[in-house]
Amino acid sequence: MPAAHTPRGALARRRPPARAAVAQPLGAERQGTPHCPRPTTAAPRPGHHNAPSCSPVRSNGAVIAPPDDCLARNEWICGAYLRTRRQILLDAVVQHLQLTFLAVLVGLVIALPLAVLARRWGWAAGPVLAVTTILYTIPSLAMFSLLLPLYGLSATLVVAGLVLYSLTLLVRNILAGLRAVPEETRQAARGLGYGPVRLLLAVELPLALPAAMAGLRIATVSAVSLLTVGAIVGFGGLGNLIYAGMNTYFKAQVLTASVLCVLIAVAADLLLLGVQRLITPWTRAART
Amino acid sequence: MSTLTAAWDWLADAAHWSGDDGIRHRLLQHLLLTAGCLALSCLIALPVALVLGHLGKGGALAVNISNVGRAVPTFAVLVLLLLTPVGRWGDGPTVVALVLFAVPPLLTNAYVGMREVDRGVVQAARGMGMTGRQLLFRVELPLSLPLLLNGVRIAAVQLVATATIAALAGGGGLGRIITAGFNLASTPQVVAGALLVAVFALLVEGVFEIAERVAPAWARGGR
Repeated sequence: MPAAHTPRGALARRRPPARAAVAQPLGAERQGTPHCPRPTTAAPRPGHHNAPSCSPVRSNGAVIAPPDDCLARNEWICGAYLRTRRQILLDAVVQHLQLTFLAVLVGLVIALPLAVLARRWGWAAGPVLAVTTILYTIPSLAMFSLLLPLYGLSATLVVAGLVLYSLTLLVRNILAGLRAVPEETRQAARGLGYGPVRLLLAVELPLALPAAMAGLRIATVSAVSLLTVGAIVGFGGLGNLIYAGMNTYFKAQVLTASVLCVLIAVAADLLLLGVQRLITPWTRAART
Repeated sequence: MSTLTAAWDWLADAAHWSGDDGIRHRLLQHLLLTAGCLALSCLIALPVALVLGHLGKGGALAVNISNVGRAVPTFAVLVLLLLTPVGRWGDGPTVVALVLFAVPPLLTNAYVGMREVDRGVVQAARGMGMTGRQLLFRVELPLSLPLLLNGVRIAAVQLVATATIAALAGGGGLGRIITAGFNLASTPQVVAGALLVAVFALLVEGVFEIAERVAPAWARGGR
């Protein structure tokens, strides 16, 4: 088995000094994480400086690691992992939430005027949609890499990449929502003396809300999931833990971070669904 | 701009095109992975979707599976698979992950396509005495083809993206040029790899776009 892993390991495990230095806050913690993957079965893998050697003494001086510890046995589900790494997990979740929120927020701020402009001037809709489609086609890893010369190894790079993706989804959905506003409604508002600005703010945008919110939900869920790829530059939130866990063969860490990631996505989706119900009460009233 | 010229120089260097880590080999790997997994996913997803759509059952599953697929990070699945016994056979994790992420759009689009076939048409076919099988292959399948093919297109683009991320977990493909660039701290190589991946993805999208334009009317939705 080790032979099968070597080529993969040789490439994925060598971290450039530059990257390690930039990813310091989390990287430092990672290096201080003691755990003992596969104590007996596999020989220690070469180039493994990310994983500290297994010692029975933890950093706080307490002697631990009985032989039947689930960390020592490298089990998938491990309560001891949750207990001992609570701070690392919390930091990763906070980073995940911050970067996702920032990306979706910036995406929304840019997408809204773009969609409105594309609606106002019909000729702009084609190019705007074409550009967003092209952006969406580019795989996330390539997107982050293309932004590397602009932003370097920074959180801004990851946020910028996610903004471009959420932009695509948001512009398409907001535009679809604006286009779905019935012409009669628009004419009725004009007949009531609504100017173009008031028409947009008081009639068109509220009616486009359900479609826009659907786009926002998709964009948020996608951003939560895509952020993990940001681990390539050290700013991937829970993706960092998955990446580090992969390099050290740490099953509990990979599974816990993955599950947390899905939970964040589901929670964000439900939260936005709740917000949508709150701000568009008429959609429910119409149905019941 | 100097980075772009450096990336261009990297691409123009003949030495980077040959060998096992060379662009040509990685390109071939990426193409084979994408095409092979697309065929495999179609074989798995389309029969299921057609039967479910024909019977009108399992709609909630077929539609929601796409949302689930979006919430689960590709990277996490790749690493999880890598740590399971599947990780022992070479490209196993990559292939399984690629198929897992290509199946949802195929399933959802084919199912929705089947269900959106005009009920009147279906009843007319029934009234003419068509059996279930004839109805499926002569009426429902042709009429749902546009949406079904759209699902294939989405799945193909998704496959290209997933195959790229697979490089993070040690899989083969063009993404390896990017990860190798990161490991060497070589920005030109990272950008060159990213350009290759982006062009590859856009070409795949373009092929489907062109195919859609030149396809006969019945495959485009008859519009």
